[in-house]
Amino acid sequence: MAVSVEIHRKLNSFALDISFQSGSRRIGILGASGCGKSMTLKSIAGIETPDEGRITVEDRVLFDSGEKVNLKPQKRNVGYLFQNYALFPTMTVEKNIAAGLKGSRKEKEERVREMIKKFRLEGLERQLPGQLSGGQQQRVALARIMAYEPDVILLDEPFSALDMFLKDQLQREMVELLADYAGTVVLVSHDRDEVYRFSDELLIMDQGRVVAAGPTKEIFHSPGNKAAARLTGCKNFSRARKLDLHTLEAVDWGITLKMKQEIRDDVAHIGYRAHDFIPVWGERGENMIRFDLESSAVLPFERNYYIRSESTAEEAYKEVLCWFVQREEIAVLEERGMPDHLAFDEEKILLLK
Amino acid sequence: MEEIRGILEELDWSPLFISLKTGVVATFISFFLGIFAARKVVKASPGKKAVIDGILTLPMVLPPTVAGFFLLLLFSRRRPLGEFLFEEFNFKVVQTWLGCVIAATVIAFPLMYRNARAAMEQIDANLVYAGRTLGMSDVKIFWNVIVPTAGPGIASGTILTFARALGEYGATSMLAGNIPGKTGTISQKIAMVIQDGDYLTAGIWVAIVMVIAFLVIFLMNLISGKKMKNVGRW
Repeated sequence: MAVSVEIHRKLNSFALDISFQSGSRRIGILGASGCGKSMTLKSIAGIETPDEGRITVEDRVLFDSGEKVNLKPQKRNVGYLFQNYALFPTMTVEKNIAAGLKGSRKEKEERVREMIKKFRLEGLERQLPGQLSGGQQQRVALARIMAYEPDVILLDEPFSALDMFLKDQLQREMVELLADYAGTVVLVSHDRDEVYRFSDELLIMDQGRVVAAGPTKEIFHSPGNKAAARLTGCKNFSRARKLDLHTLEAVDWGITLKMKQEIRDDVAHIGYRAHDFIPVWGERGENMIRFDLESSAVLPFERNYYIRSESTAEEAYKEVLCWFVQREEIAVLEERGMPDHLAFDEEKILLLK
Repeated sequence: MEEIRGILEELDWSPLFISLKTGVVATFISFFLGIFAARKVVKASPGKKAVIDGILTLPMVLPPTVAGFFLLLLFSRRRPLGEFLFEEFNFKVVQTWLGCVIAATVIAFPLMYRNARAAMEQIDANLVYAGRTLGMSDVKIFWNVIVPTAGPGIASGTILTFARALGEYGATSMLAGNIPGKTGTISQKIAMVIQDGDYLTAGIWVAIVMVIAFLVIFLMNLISGKKMKNVGRW
């Protein structure tokens, strides 16, 4: 196992209580702000100390509260990329990269030159971080980490503070620069696109706990529980009542859904992604709702409709559903008008605990 | 004019040199002690911080004569510490130039300490964390990252400390006295000649002090302006 982490720590508002192992080289941790994901990274790096737990990287014990092992950050060989890059402001690019290097002057110079070349920083050697663009700063920060040859690189929300254009550019660059890095990379983010793009294996955290773990694509496909589904971007949730082996009532949406697959007993919620509704004109079939349009929003490449399933008098309050329509579909809607019904695609219904 | 020239020709310049010497030495001592103290206080827990900070800042808030009183209590040869220093090391503090230095250091030190501390507290903790994860020792992080980053604050602290040490009067007159050519600083000289009603000599010294003060402030603006441009706001 490349990385194995078990951390218990009391925080102000909740307890961080997580455990995971992964042999993957690209691990993502997805969670809302303040869910404990940054604390997890800082604990791996040795910047924070858990109350209890055990952290190993490539079978090297970094921390073990039982064995009283707690390596200093200097001894962990773990690289940490901070959101603001934390470049030393009074040092030139060269000096920043050389800051943590050991060895003779010549060895250091050689290593720095190698990094400058690899990260395309030629000509910027004598510049101070304040004189660099965001992309250049990111490259210097990565070069500084890579020069040190860490076993693990931790990326702490590296793109969160950037505007959309720069974000995309820097994400592409990061993927490229990390492509031939043989060690493990752990990316922490609250942005589901970011972790989807980066990680083979994903951990979803909520309130200091791991609520889902596994291969990234699988987790996005079937998150398993409501908290995980919400963090992967699912917008519509309803309480679910199992009627028989193949039918389920979505209580908050006012619809009974028929499923070909067998429904497990522990299904308590169902979720449905806003992009997955199928507009239907004409006859009402199975798994369809009639709806009233509540409001809508027009975005550059998308339309967002907020709808409520049409309710009869005896039915209670219905949750608002989000239905997001993308480009090609917008044209269809404009041609044919609003559909009579919206259909749920059975394959895409998320059955959640 | 004739009169001024006459005074200038016969002027005993020793107060200027005594003051400059005292200022330089007191600043040198305060520089290292101040940075050291600032580092300790920045790292301390909030409760401890308040207490230590209070004690270290006290000399700046108290009237210098009160500080002088305590210094006399400490260093008088009739007191344990003063007696010990004299018996063991032959150190005389009261009525000596060493007294000038100690008085000036004690009074000016808080300026160095507070400026260094304020500058260090502005520093992004991530810089320290980054240094640690990169394998830099804490000592190396402190001298290569924190001190240069806090540079402008430390520089202005140093200059203010020098200015304050240069002009110290109250505590100095109590601890070191006013022995011409030995402990007679500019400030004491001015007070003394004014008592004699010699306003012209006092005025000459006042002019010298003002030139030095202006130079100090000018230098400070020059340094902090230049440094800030390099570092940028972050």
